[in-house]
Amino acid sequence: MNFVQTVWLVVRKDVLVEARSREIVYTTLFFAVACVLVFAFGFVNEGRPVTDAAPGILWIAIAFSGTLALGRAFERERQNETLRALMIAPVDRPALYVGKLAGILLLLTVVEVIVVPLVALLFHAPLFSRPALLAALLAAGTTGFAAVGTLFAAMLVRARSRDVLLPVLLYPITIPVIIAGVRGTAALLQADVDVPMARAWLSMLVLFDVVFVTLALWTFEPLMTE
Amino acid sequence: MRRLFLPLTIVAAGMFMCAPFLIDGAPYESTMGLVQKIFYFHVPSAMTMFVSAIVCGVASAVYLFKGRPAADRLAAAAAELTSVFGIIVLVTGPLWARKAWGVWWVWDERITSTFVLWLIFNAYLLLRKYGGPGSERLAAGLAVFGMANVPFVYWSVNVWRTLHPKTTVVPTLQPGMRGPFWFCVTAFLLFYVLALSARAHLEARRAELETLYLDIEE
Amino acid sequence: MAPDFSSVTLTDVTRTFGRRRALHRVSLHIRAGELVAIVGPNGAGKSTLLAVLSTLLQPTSGDIRYDGLSSATAGPALRARIGLLGHDLYLYPELSPAENLRFFAGLYRLDNVHERIAAALERADLADRRDDAVAGFSRGMRQRLALERALLHDPRLVLLDEPFTGLDDASARALRDRLAGLRAGGCLVVVITHDLDTVDGLADRALMLQKGRLMELLECQGSLRERYRAALADAPPPAAGRL
Repeated sequence: MNFVQTVWLVVRKDVLVEARSREIVYTTLFFAVACVLVFAFGFVNEGRPVTDAAPGILWIAIAFSGTLALGRAFERERQNETLRALMIAPVDRPALYVGKLAGILLLLTVVEVIVVPLVALLFHAPLFSRPALLAALLAAGTTGFAAVGTLFAAMLVRARSRDVLLPVLLYPITIPVIIAGVRGTAALLQADVDVPMARAWLSMLVLFDVVFVTLALWTFEPLMTE
Repeated sequence: MRRLFLPLTIVAAGMFMCAPFLIDGAPYESTMGLVQKIFYFHVPSAMTMFVSAIVCGVASAVYLFKGRPAADRLAAAAAELTSVFGIIVLVTGPLWARKAWGVWWVWDERITSTFVLWLIFNAYLLLRKYGGPGSERLAAGLAVFGMANVPFVYWSVNVWRTLHPKTTVVPTLQPGMRGPFWFCVTAFLLFYVLALSARAHLEARRAELETLYLDIEE
Repeated sequence: MAPDFSSVTLTDVTRTFGRRRALHRVSLHIRAGELVAIVGPNGAGKSTLLAVLSTLLQPTSGDIRYDGLSSATAGPALRARIGLLGHDLYLYPELSPAENLRFFAGLYRLDNVHERIAAALERADLADRRDDAVAGFSRGMRQRLALERALLHDPRLVLLDEPFTGLDDASARALRDRLAGLRAGGCLVVVITHDLDTVDGLADRALMLQKGRLMELLECQGSLRERYRAALADAPPPAAGRL
């Protein structure tokens, strides 16, 4: 139960800290919306939105704003070196990782709650024809992205050029997630919804999540100790 | 390894000199004609690139969990070679594609995934170069993740229909083609092993030099 | 439960950061009930030494044992007995003192959390500001809070990096008494300080770090400050030996 207790403590602390300033939530949300808008201008043809672009724009917005949020979240821990205080505490180190991951997932869920309807609205995309499947795709994809992102952001805290290195490291590794997310969402947007295809991509995402969360738990301690 | 290096280099050089003749002697493929022959270099390069990615990943895992500096040096060498062979694959691929299918680039899963893998190992090299002290460990972590991605990369081609010849093309090769193909594979892998050991050796020398510098500074 | 160790031994500990050698073959033995002061010019490696002692950093080579146990084998139980006050205070500025302390009390699995926090805030003279965000505090107030946070779990090995920074006379005196109390209670206390007068008479031993090498300040006439100046004026530091 120690593991779960630690996770809970870390998440609670992160939520409390964020609730005080709300800085990361507001800025990430704003950035995600701005992202969608900027891409929209690139894809709206004579006032008619290109519906096919909707899945891509949705997932890119999630990826970009996720990267931003990760950077900010760990910059906060770096400022007062509180990450060191966490590392020195008598806790299971992987629990710290899970706690941080949970915090990021909460944040990205909030972002997606706003951005998904926004994309549906702006692109006339019937994203809610299969809400359960869409939610599952979003959950699995966001988890995959955040799982790798949390680990990388944490390990880069002490590195030089960490701001630019996070996206450089993160995007190539999470391309399978983006592909699966976009293709899966696209399958749901077709005139005759391709449920088996969406399910296939969902399965790949779930497998990715399992593999990479396990890998992250395994490598967190060696990567974080100097 | 040291003693075998020169003779093996000569062997590898010899193999590469013989290769064009063997390739010339191989039968033409029915649909693509002469152009298909780039396959004899393209596919072995791809195989070598994947092998190198896995070597880097395994060496990185050893370094990460056992802390052996020799493993880190091997990983760095393998990452560089992954990048180099990646360039070969990503150049010969479009050259072949242009002649065979009329376009320089197609966004099918295998080409894209190879590109992604190449990007990952370039990111590894960037991290090592610009991440500051201690970045070797972080790069090792990245390589482990990169290697874990390889199955996802390879698997994707079997999920979708693609323009790319299916992975099962190798066993169905005509008998006349099999000889030159495996000859080229051997040549590439031999070259890879030689380059890898030379590069790792260079890193070891560099590490020794660093230690000497540190000692002098005292 | 947790091992209450009575000695810490470093043997030939070296710590390199890329091309920079921060610690060079440092050997040290600290016993329970000892207060060791570490002094030295900036960049000498004092904070690095503390980080190694706290298990935050692994030595590049050499060995560190806590009563014969290494940090790898002892794991979280060992960390429960170590308290570190770093240069950066390890406080969350958005949270209040009470919330900061409560979080760490949770991480360290302490009981009687409420009483402990109340007592800590009393000692830090922050009881009236217990619910204000730390961001608005002065350096001295944060220092006092950080100290309480570091000692909240009654650690056995107490590592303090410049604990007297920003403290006024009264707080400094209180800290001296606190350190004396810890020492008397059998803790192993290591204090990095620039303010040599404050640890004069309090420290059992004074060690000087220069360019990553450790040397003992010799017993000689005069205050700690005079001995330090004399040592600094000496030619190259002697070869590292067991201290």
